[in-house]
Amino acid sequence: MSVKSAQGPAGVGAEQRFAPIAELAGAALVLIVVGGIYMASYAPRRPPLTVPICLAAASGALLAVNVVLLLRTRGLAWDKFFLVGRWTLLSYVIAAALIEFAFVKDHTRGGALVVLTAMLALFAVNVPLIVAFTVARFQAARIDAT
Amino acid sequence: MADTKLDSSPTGVEAGLPAGAEVGASPDASTPPRPVIQIVPLKGLPIVAVFIGFLVASIGFNWRWGLDFNHVAGGGLWTGIDLFVGLIVGPILGRLSIPARAEFSAKFMPKMVLVMPTLVAMTLASGFQLALDLGNLKASSPNHAWLMVSFVVVGVMAVIALGVLEPANIAVLFEMRKPRPNGELIGRLMKRFIYTAGITGLMQIATLVIMTRVASR
Repeated sequence: MSVKSAQGPAGVGAEQRFAPIAELAGAALVLIVVGGIYMASYAPRRPPLTVPICLAAASGALLAVNVVLLLRTRGLAWDKFFLVGRWTLLSYVIAAALIEFAFVKDHTRGGALVVLTAMLALFAVNVPLIVAFTVARFQAARIDAT
Repeated sequence: MADTKLDSSPTGVEAGLPAGAEVGASPDASTPPRPVIQIVPLKGLPIVAVFIGFLVASIGFNWRWGLDFNHVAGGGLWTGIDLFVGLIVGPILGRLSIPARAEFSAKFMPKMVLVMPTLVAMTLASGFQLALDLGNLKASSPNHAWLMVSFVVVGVMAVIALGVLEPANIAVLFEMRKPRPNGELIGRLMKRFIYTAGITGLMQIATLVIMTRVASR
């Protein structure tokens, strides 16, 4: 992804512009949250899976687009991206595992569990992606004029 | 992230340069040393582990007191801290000098990185389990509709917290660790807190109404 530059407000630095990766990951997160609310609203009954599958698929597609955009990104502070990304990923994998544990304990089985697991996996990847990208883009944001 | 100790050179943010100015690197003997910023306070992790372990045990054993404690204590603190910070601390912080804001944020925000996710996990996980146990999630329950509304409220807050506030919080902490933090960038990121404070405040008040309504039926 090409990187545009803009003069900073103080005139002392340039700021790089990146593809809307955080925004797309945010949209993917919204889809997962909506899907999660939809499934939880049926508990303790088995939810119809068409809507959650569509939402999870759309979220997965947004994630795939984001991965492509990330691979094409230049000028990002990759060291900070991976530093923040791996620790936040660890914490959100633990959070997702906790939620999975609660649903398994409450006898969620079969297709519902598969869809739920996929949604939790997307959740556990998207949030660290937003956090890591936000940190890394601003770490790379300044090009000092001096 | 564990390696978060800072050098002790003074910075323009702490020295009170105006927002938008590039922060100078020249040390000044009259400027206080930079605060040491730990993005994740490691000493707090064992405490978090204890609370999460307690939560898992409460759910695993369907321990009613444990579930009540996690939900009531966690939810009360979550709502209270959110409203207190948004309505009381936030406006005061906005009127402080930039050095005072920076010093407060350097000490306050790392603690919030641990406290808020722990409280949210305690509240939501135990709340869902309680709702199942009490039958409030059944479509025939008079509380069903209220809980659906609370799911939406929590969903909105989750998206704001996870998608907007947490990334901004951590990005601010990283910026403050730089030898020359950019005051304008920190100010821009901190504006996210102000923009979303109204929404989360409304959501928290809605949560108070819904939960007291559910508990009294």
